[in-house]
Amino acid sequence: MSETSPETSLDFEAVQNRAEVALARCEDPEQLESWYYATLGRKGEVQLMSRQLGQLSAEERPIFGKRVNALKQALQVAYEQRREEIERQALERRLSAGAIDVTLPGRRPRTGTLHPSTLVLRAMCRIFGDMGFQIYRSPDVVTDEYNFEWLNMPPEHPARDMQDTFYTRDENVVLRTHTSAGQILAMREYHPEPIRVVLPGMCYRNEQITARSEIQFHQIEGLAVGEGITFADLKGTLTEFARRFFGAERQTRFRASYFPFTEPSAEMDVSCFQCDAKGCRLCKYSGWLEILGCGMVHPVVLRNGGYDPERFSGFAFGTGPERIAMLKYGLDDIRAFWGNDLRFLTQF
Amino acid sequence: MRVPISWLREYVDIDLSVDQLAERITNAGLEVGSIERIGVAGAPLEWDRDRVLLAHVLAVRPHPDADRLVIATVDHGAGQPKEVVTGAPNLFPHLERGDLSELDLWAALILEGATYLDPHKDLQPTKLKGRKLRGVYNDAMLCSPVELGLGEDHDGVLLVRGDELTPIAGGRSEIVAGRPLVDLLGDAVLEIDIIPNIARCASMVGVAREVAALTGKVLRTPSTQVVQEGPSIEGKLVIETREPELNPRFVAFLIEGVEQRPAPFWMQHRLRLAGQRPLHVVVDVSNYVMLEIGQPNHTFDWGFLQRRAESDPGYDPGGPVRLITRLAEPGEQLTTLDGTRHELLPNNILVTDPAGALSIGGVMGGEESEIQDHTTDVLLEAAAWKFTNIRQTQRQLGLHSEAGFRFSRGVHPELALLGARRAAELLRTLAGGTVAAGCIDHVAQAWAPVEIELDPAYVNERSGLDLSPEQIAAHLERLEFSVEPSTSGRSTLRVVAPPHRIDVEGPHDLLEEVCRMVGYENLPSTVLASHLPPQRGNPALEAEEAARDCLVRSGLHEVITYRLTTAESEARLRDEEVSVGPYVELSNPSTLERSALRRSLLASVLDVASNNARFTDRLALFEIGAVFLPRPDSPLPEEVARLAVLLRGPRQGAHWQDGTDPGAAAGELDYFDLKGVIEILLRDLHLDGAEFSATEHPTYRPGRAAELSISGRTVGRLGELHPVVARDWGFDERPCLVAELDLGPLLGSASRAPVVTPIPVYPAVREDLAFLVDESLPAAALVEALRSAGGVLLESIELFDLYQGDKIAPGKKSLAYRVAYRSPSKTLSDRDATRLRGRLVEAAAGIGATLRE
Repeated sequence: MSETSPETSLDFEAVQNRAEVALARCEDPEQLESWYYATLGRKGEVQLMSRQLGQLSAEERPIFGKRVNALKQALQVAYEQRREEIERQALERRLSAGAIDVTLPGRRPRTGTLHPSTLVLRAMCRIFGDMGFQIYRSPDVVTDEYNFEWLNMPPEHPARDMQDTFYTRDENVVLRTHTSAGQILAMREYHPEPIRVVLPGMCYRNEQITARSEIQFHQIEGLAVGEGITFADLKGTLTEFARRFFGAERQTRFRASYFPFTEPSAEMDVSCFQCDAKGCRLCKYSGWLEILGCGMVHPVVLRNGGYDPERFSGFAFGTGPERIAMLKYGLDDIRAFWGNDLRFLTQF
Repeated sequence: MRVPISWLREYVDIDLSVDQLAERITNAGLEVGSIERIGVAGAPLEWDRDRVLLAHVLAVRPHPDADRLVIATVDHGAGQPKEVVTGAPNLFPHLERGDLSELDLWAALILEGATYLDPHKDLQPTKLKGRKLRGVYNDAMLCSPVELGLGEDHDGVLLVRGDELTPIAGGRSEIVAGRPLVDLLGDAVLEIDIIPNIARCASMVGVAREVAALTGKVLRTPSTQVVQEGPSIEGKLVIETREPELNPRFVAFLIEGVEQRPAPFWMQHRLRLAGQRPLHVVVDVSNYVMLEIGQPNHTFDWGFLQRRAESDPGYDPGGPVRLITRLAEPGEQLTTLDGTRHELLPNNILVTDPAGALSIGGVMGGEESEIQDHTTDVLLEAAAWKFTNIRQTQRQLGLHSEAGFRFSRGVHPELALLGARRAAELLRTLAGGTVAAGCIDHVAQAWAPVEIELDPAYVNERSGLDLSPEQIAAHLERLEFSVEPSTSGRSTLRVVAPPHRIDVEGPHDLLEEVCRMVGYENLPSTVLASHLPPQRGNPALEAEEAARDCLVRSGLHEVITYRLTTAESEARLRDEEVSVGPYVELSNPSTLERSALRRSLLASVLDVASNNARFTDRLALFEIGAVFLPRPDSPLPEEVARLAVLLRGPRQGAHWQDGTDPGAAAGELDYFDLKGVIEILLRDLHLDGAEFSATEHPTYRPGRAAELSISGRTVGRLGELHPVVARDWGFDERPCLVAELDLGPLLGSASRAPVVTPIPVYPAVREDLAFLVDESLPAAALVEALRSAGGVLLESIELFDLYQGDKIAPGKKSLAYRVAYRSPSKTLSDRDATRLRGRLVEAAAGIGATLRE
C-alpha cells in the first residue's frame, strides 16, 4: 500500500530482526520460554503491535492485519525450529555423555557345553537318521556269544587276536569290544522285518592307556538288512555319509579288508581333509584317512540273527567317534576325551 | 610282513611303479602300511647313479706307510683301474695274493661327490671328499653295508662273490664293473599288514600270487625238485600221530653231511630285508623257505635224536627213530630254543620221542634238539597243524614266533611237502648236504579240496555288478580256482578252491574274490532301494537327549567318564547301597584302578570335578551314563541309566563391570541353585508329581539333602556333599552340591506333552502375604495348604522373602509370598479377593501359621 508509511513497514522488519536475533541467542528451554513470553506472549511485542490496529483507518487495517499475522507466523515457525534445535542439542549432549567403550568384553550368559563325543555321535546319527537308520541301543556287558561267537568268531578264531577283550569273573561274560555285539540283538528283535539301525555305544578293549589307545571308546555301528541289498548300496550309503559329514568335496575309497562278521569286507577311506589328499602328517602322506570298516553281513551272522541268507542280504559298518573327532579337530591325545578337562571340553 | 620288491620279482613280473603296486594290493586287502626304500629315489640315502658303482676287485697290496690300511685296485668300468685306500678287515686276507680277478670278488665303490652314511658321525649323510690318507691321495671309497644304508654290518666293506649276487642281479650278465649299484641292490620293501583272511599271503609267493592275479601276470613258483643221492630214509624214522585232527600231516627229509657256514650273500641280503637276522646256513634256509613259500619248517639235530633213541631201553638197535606227535602230559616241561622253560598244558601239541618232548608243534623247537655248531645231519620237518590249537598254545604260553604266526592263522597241508622239498634242496646246494632218498610223508587225516556251487546270479545280486558266468569264472581262475559248469544241470558254476586256501567256505567267499578282482573302486555305488523298514523311533533316547540339552541350557558342562573303577574308589561316598556291591569285576584288568564296572555315577563325576578344581573355581558338570548292578538271576548286570550333577563355586562369574557395580549378586552356589537346575529339568521334561523331601544320607551333609520322588517313586537324591566325603575327593571347605538320579523313571514318565492354558482374559489381583510359622515347618507344607485353599482362583504363589531374626519370635520364621488371584470367567472384585485371602489365612492357621499384618 502506497499509504503505508515507510516507518511502519520498517517497524515490522526491525521487530522481526530483533526477535530473530534474540531467538538465536536462546540456549535452553527456559530462555526460549522467556523469549516466547516477550515476543509472542499475550503481553509480548507482537501482541502489542496488533493493538495498534484500532488506530488505523479502514483501508489500512486489512493490510496491517495481514502484516502482523505474517510476522506472527514467521516468528512462530522460527520459534518451533529453534525449540527443536535446542531439544536436539540437549539430547545430543545427554547421549554423548553416556558413550561407552564398545570394544570392552561383553557379559556372556552362562551356557553349558555338550561333550565332543556326544556332538560327533549326534551329527552321525542325524545323517544316518535322514537315510532311515534308527537308533538302537544295546548293553555294554554281553555274553561271549553276542560279542564273538554269533558274529562268526568261534573260540580260538584268529580274528579274536584283533581285539583285546576285557573278561569278567564269569568267563563267558565280556565287556563288548565293538558295537557289533548289538547286531544279533537288533536282528532277533526285528526279524523278519527289514532293518535299518545305527547302534551307538561305549566299547572296551584291554589296552594300555596312551595318547593313541584307550580302554573305552565309543563306536557307532550301522546295520541294514533286507531283500536285494547290494555291496553297491553299501558304497552309496557310506559315500553319502562321508560327503555330508566331512564335506561335499571329499572323495571316498573302498578297499578290501577283513572282519569275521562281514563278507566281502572293506575299509572306507576319505581323502585327507587337512591336505586335500596331497599328503601330510595326518594322513601319513597317503592322502587318505581310514574312517570306517564295513561289509556285507556274513551269511552265518544273518542266520544267527534269524534271517534266511538265501533271501536276505545286508550290510554293516562301524566307526569310532573319538577317532573321527581326533582327525577332524587335529587332536593327538585320545586321553583328553575321558580326562574331561574343562579347558578341553569348552572348546567344542 | 616285510616284502622286498626285488624278492617279489623272482616270482612275478611287475610293470607298475612301487606306489602303484602298493595301492593296487592295498585296495585288494593287502594293506601296505609303509614303504621303505633303499638306494632309490625317496630313500633316506639315494645312491648316485654315476658315483655309487659296482667294482670288480683286482688286487690288494699293503699301504706303504700304514699297517692298518691297504690299497685295493678295482675296476669300476672306467677303462682305468682305480686304487682305493681302505682299512676294511675283510680285504686283509687277500693281501699280496696277486691278481684276484679269478676270485670273482665285487665291492661297492663310491666316488668323490657321492653321499654315504658316516658311522663316525651317527650315520649322518656325508659327501665324500678327496683327501690324502697317509700320503696316498684318495678320491674314492669302498663302502661297508652300513655306509650304504644296507643294514648294521660295518665289520668290513661289502664284498661279494659274483655267483652270490646273481639271484638278486637277475642273471650273471648283469654283474658288470661300473654298473650303478642302485640297479642291483636298489630296492623298496613293502610293510604289509597280514589280516587273518589273507594268511595265505604271509609269504613272498603268497604275495606274488595276488600280484599276478591282480595285474594279469603269470606266477613263477620256485622249483621243488630235489636231488636225493643219499641212502634212503626208509627204516630210519617212523612218525606216529596221536591227534590226527591237530596234526593232519607230518613230512620229514633227512639231509646228511651239511657244513655249518654262512648262507650266500643273496640269501642273507633277502633275510635282512625281510627283517630277519642271518645266522648260519641251516637256520637261514629254514627261515628263507618259510618266508618264500609260507610253510614253516623245523630242523632237528639228527645225531641227537639218534643218540636219545639209542639210550632208550626199549630201542631196537638198528631200528628206526620214533617221533610221536601228541598232547602234553600233566606236568610236562620243555625248554624252547629261545632258552625259556615252559610248563606245558594239556592242549599243547608236541613233537616227542619216547624219551620226552622235543618241540612245541608249530610254534618253537626245543633247545636240546636244535642244530648245534657240530651238527652235520639234519632232520627236516614240515608239518600241518590245526590253527585254532596253535593259537591257543601261543596265547597260553605267551610264546610267539614266525612259525606260530603262520600256523595260528592257517597253513594249507598241501604246502608241507612243497616246503620240505624246497628246504631239502637248498640245504643240499647251499650247505653241501646229501639228501636221503625218499621221505616220510605221514598223512594222519586226509583233506579234500573245497568245492562250491556258485550261482552267477548270486554274485550279481549281492555286488550290484552285471557279470556273465564267463567273466565270473575268469576272475576266479586268475586266483587259481578251477571253475566248470555245474554237473547238476543248473545254471551254476562248480568252483574248486586251490590247494593253498583254507579260508574259502561258501559262495560269499567267492563273491568277495570276484569283487576284489573287479576292484572295489570299480563296483557301482547306489542308494538303498530296499524297502524302508517300519520306523520305530527311540523315545527313551530322545528324552535323554532332551535332558542333555536342558542341562546345557542351564549352564552345565557334559562330561563322559570311565565306566571302570574300583570298589575302594566308590567307597569314599560312604554309601552302603554302592559299596556293599556286588561289582562286575574284570578278570584281566589293564590297570588295577580300572578293574570293576562302576555302581555309582556320582563318584565318577566327583573324580572329574576334583581334577578340574585345581585350576577352576566354578564347576557345573553333569554326566548321563550307565551304572552296572549285578543281578542274582542273570549273568549280565542291570545297566541303569543315571544322571549325576555337580555344582560348586561362585554363583556369578567375574566380570570387569562388577568392580564398579556393587549391586551384582555375590555368593557361593548352594542347594537352591542345584534344586533350580533339577526343577528346570523337570519342567522341560513336563514332569508332574515331583516331590522334594528332606532326607538323611551319609554321602550328604546332614540337614542339607533331599530325596526326589516322582509320583511317589524315589528317583534319587540331591544336596550338599558331606564335608568328610568332599575332603576325601580333595575338595576344600566350600560347599559341593551334587545329585544322582535314576534316569529311567525320570524320563519314562516324561512323554507327556506340556499343558498349555490360554492367555488370561481377565486381570489378576496381586498381593503380598507373609506368614509366621514354626521354624521346623517345611515351606512346602504351607504352600500345599494355601494351594488347596485357593483352588483354581489362586493362580500363582511365589516366595519372595524368608526371614528369621530379631523382629520375630525365636523359633519362628517368616515366609513372604506374592500371590495372584485370577478367575478364568470374570474380573475379580475386591470382595472376591478379600474372601479368598480369608480362606488362605484360615487354611494357614490350620497348620499353625499366622498372617503377619
